[in-house]
Amino acid sequence: MEALLAVTIGVLVAGAVYLMLARNVLRFIFGLVLISNAANLVIFTAGRLTPGEPPLIPEGADAPVGTVANALPQALVLTAIVIGFGLFAFALVLMFRAYTSLGTLQSDEMRVAEPRDDGL
Amino acid sequence: MSWLLATPLALPFLTGVVAFLLRGRPAGRWISVAGNVALLAAAGLLMARVLQSGVIAGQMGGWPAPFGITLVADYLSAVMVVITAITALAVAVYALSDIGARAEKLGYHALFNFLIGGVTGAFLTGDLFNLYVWFEVMLISSFGLLVLGGRREQIDGGVKYVTLNLISTILFLSGIGLLYGMTGTLNMADLAGRVAAHENQGLITVVAMLFMIAFGVKAAVFPLFFWLPASYHTPAFSVSAVFAGLLTKVGVYALIRLFTLVFTGDTGFTHHILLWVAGLTMVTGVLGAAAQTDIRKILSFHIVSQIGYMIMGLALYTPFAVAGAVFYLVHHIIVKANLFLIAGVADRVAGSTALARIGGLYKSAPLLAVLFLIPAFSLAGFPPLSGFWAKYVLVAAALEVQGWIIAAVALLVGLLTIYSMTKIWAEAFWKAHPDGRDPTLAQLDPGVRRRLLLPVGALAALTLVIGFYPEPFVTFAKDAAAQLLDPTAYVVAVLGDPS
Repeated sequence: MEALLAVTIGVLVAGAVYLMLARNVLRFIFGLVLISNAANLVIFTAGRLTPGEPPLIPEGADAPVGTVANALPQALVLTAIVIGFGLFAFALVLMFRAYTSLGTLQSDEMRVAEPRDDGL
Repeated sequence: MSWLLATPLALPFLTGVVAFLLRGRPAGRWISVAGNVALLAAAGLLMARVLQSGVIAGQMGGWPAPFGITLVADYLSAVMVVITAITALAVAVYALSDIGARAEKLGYHALFNFLIGGVTGAFLTGDLFNLYVWFEVMLISSFGLLVLGGRREQIDGGVKYVTLNLISTILFLSGIGLLYGMTGTLNMADLAGRVAAHENQGLITVVAMLFMIAFGVKAAVFPLFFWLPASYHTPAFSVSAVFAGLLTKVGVYALIRLFTLVFTGDTGFTHHILLWVAGLTMVTGVLGAAAQTDIRKILSFHIVSQIGYMIMGLALYTPFAVAGAVFYLVHHIIVKANLFLIAGVADRVAGSTALARIGGLYKSAPLLAVLFLIPAFSLAGFPPLSGFWAKYVLVAAALEVQGWIIAAVALLVGLLTIYSMTKIWAEAFWKAHPDGRDPTLAQLDPGVRRRLLLPVGALAALTLVIGFYPEPFVTFAKDAAAQLLDPTAYVVAVLGDPS
């Protein structure tokens, strides 16, 4: 299972890097979504995949009985997903705004803040 | 004890919420100022407590470390929180006159205070994942502040700032996941012991490099700094002052924290890389600045070059050098934020920050000229200003360990910094205004003038105090460095006495 997830993560990262190297910033954003999901899977996999029970504590006990799954990586992934979603939404709106006000999605042509004839 | 640690965190968020509810009304901006006065008081109390009883730690939610989230304040954290509060207050006062009604209506003051909350959170947390969360709080607030108003160049700068910072965030997150997988903990004090005891140090070093790259982007070191000069000159002056003062320094702080507390197993490798990074950062930053002709663009490149000095202190990894890095951090935040605020005043009175389009400020606004000279010469390292002592400690520390080359680079970059500062001086202050205007401070409304110049003057006075009485500050920095290099007190404060 770990091997399968590792390969999946590898494929996701490869696809993401390919997309992020594009000059079109919309492609870049899609790459970013892929790589942030790859990062979430890294946390999930690194937290060990066990066939354990859900970590529920039976009534009257102080600790779970038997082998239970580690819930922490999932909590971390959940937090990361929520944050990532917010950032992605912002980035997408920013790109749309960039398209309407700069008239381009090509990163090479975004030279308003740093004009070519600037400096020397 | 934990309320002392939680107050500097809770105050900015409370202020931000109230400021958001009152946005667009005059009360909103004064709430921001009042909140930051309270923050400064809270930071002062925290500092007094840390000075009195050493490292203090609080477990949030009553969960004992390493299971819950820990807030920790050692000397470095405490001083960073105090400096954050000082900068935030200065910028909040400045923003009273700098931020227009439209940006206020859009929630400038709320975003600003959330940003400050994220920064103090990052300084106080003792948990790696929590640090990630504070970075995100800081990041999303800074995104908002950067593009607030939506001028074309802001959007343009924003695209570069957002994309590159998001990559760094993902690297940081992956590093956290892998480190947790190897050690089973995220508490930084707990990590210190478990990382050192881990059987596969090679893997630890790989993860350490992930963190170095992630924080390197945040700190804007060579070769990861490109987002900074692309965006810092675009937003409102208050915003670029608080960005310039605080944001990259959070990256530097995170590097210092992790590479003195957690990743110390292979310093021959990691800190050697950092030393190269430091040298190249200093040189590229200062050369980049030499090619620019806009005050804020020059200053942006100088942020990059100055970051190199702090990394140099960390990379040399001797008590004296780390003390130099801590001292440099404190000095630099004040000076850099101040220079951006002064650029804003110059823009107000002379009409631009492009050097070709302004001039004559020395003749018509001598007060502004004096206020510029203090931080500018301090940045370049003129004695007896604060920057001189900061550079002196670092260069002396480099010579102590026979680091001739890095010492020479540091001195050379200091000289080139003078070149940039004299360029701003000659163009903006010395030569006559190209339109024949006489840009005086008196043309500003008296209230506006007071609110713009008061924070500038206060920060300049602080630079002078550090410059003329460096002794207590250097002693403090040495104590902070001793705590960083021997984290026993930190670990005991968080995890309790092992015996």
